[in-house]
Amino acid sequence: MNWQWFHRLSSPKWFYQISGKYLPWLWAITLILMSVGLYQGLYNSPVDYQQSSTVRIMYIHVPAAFASMMFYVIMAVAAAIGYIWRIKLAHMAAVSIAPIGAAMTMLALVTGSLWGKPIWNTWWVWDARLTSELILLFLYLGFISLHSAFDDREVGDRAAGVLAMVGVINVPIIHFSVDWWHTLHQGATISKFEKPSMDPAMLTALLLMICAVILFGICLMLYRMRNEILSREQTKSWVREVVGI
Amino acid sequence: MLVKLLTRELLRHWRSRQDIINPLLFFVLTVTLFPLAVTPDGQILSQIGSGIIWVSALLAAMLSLESMYRDDYHDGTLELLILQSGSPYQVVLAKIIAHWLTTGLPLVIISPLLAVMMQIPTSAFLALILTLLIGTAVLSLIGSVGMGLTVGLRNGGVLLSLLVLPLYIPILIYGASAVNSAAMGLEYSGQLSFMGAYLIGCLTLVPLASVSAIKVSIQ
Repeated sequence: MNWQWFHRLSSPKWFYQISGKYLPWLWAITLILMSVGLYQGLYNSPVDYQQSSTVRIMYIHVPAAFASMMFYVIMAVAAAIGYIWRIKLAHMAAVSIAPIGAAMTMLALVTGSLWGKPIWNTWWVWDARLTSELILLFLYLGFISLHSAFDDREVGDRAAGVLAMVGVINVPIIHFSVDWWHTLHQGATISKFEKPSMDPAMLTALLLMICAVILFGICLMLYRMRNEILSREQTKSWVREVVGI
Repeated sequence: MLVKLLTRELLRHWRSRQDIINPLLFFVLTVTLFPLAVTPDGQILSQIGSGIIWVSALLAAMLSLESMYRDDYHDGTLELLILQSGSPYQVVLAKIIAHWLTTGLPLVIISPLLAVMMQIPTSAFLALILTLLIGTAVLSLIGSVGMGLTVGLRNGGVLLSLLVLPLYIPILIYGASAVNSAAMGLEYSGQLSFMGAYLIGCLTLVPLASVSAIKVSIQ
């Protein structure tokens, strides 16, 4: 099998050029999806019969929570690829997506807390989902601070990569044990998807927003990766040409 | 080979006995602080006691992780051992076993005394000892990865806690809840089985991750 495409994919220069070409298109798709999703969610969908318009926080909260988990997996997979095949670009992807994932986790926690105040009449409950989201935030922060603790970025890449791989094996176990802990101690609290069927208009808005938020995160990741490439490859001649010095 | 390495590790720990005693003192002291801060009321203490003992043991085990690699790393012994022993896996495994024998086991041995002080019913003592036996072994295992990653850093201590504490959460949940169940006279074999399974999983996977971690640090 011809592996040339694979090696070309891992070249920072090639990646910088190709990502520059496609990034505007990706942004356009993101913006269209997000504006349609927001319109659908905020104006065109019915209010909840119990929560009235408060339910509209869902269109930010659920996508952010979904993205926070998905980005952790992306980060761990990228770190594993970088660690096993020693591909610098994969490490750059992992390092670039970590702060975005942490921000999504934070956003999910904050919107959840804002949503919880009028509905559950409390900012925070020790519910299984909330707790595992909080732990996810700590895992992200551990990855980010471990990486930044090393002076040599390449050593930091590998160290943080080991941590991400250990973490991703542990995440399901943590999630499962927290679920079990919650059911033992607390009984059922209000579940966010208590109603089995959702209004189709709400579901459309939610799916649109999930896609939009994930694409938004990936666009940001590409920007950060391009910065990372320029800063790490600053001695190369093609970077000097791009920057213009 | 493993026996030789283990003897060396135990001898090293024995020669710096302070590293063994300090975590124990820390453990006892932390547990002592809770009645002072919360309440000396025996009713409440017996309810929260198992959690307090578990959290304190976890923190004590974490503080003692430094002694696993730090000295050997700074005088270059670790590098020689990894390079020349022919099996980094055995070096790491010997270090983990020695760490558990010198810090985990003393914590387990002293825990019934603290359980008496926290008014935990006698029926829960066996559960406490069993869960702590498994729990401290898991702490030594997972901690070795975190310590391997941070050993070369100047201010690794705080970072270490950020790295390993989230990974300890499952074992904390099941350990503390097993003791609680036992105190209420309930069956706790389910929690114990889960902890056993977690220990076996860690035992097979963690030394490999720990070897990669230490290789990142000494390159």
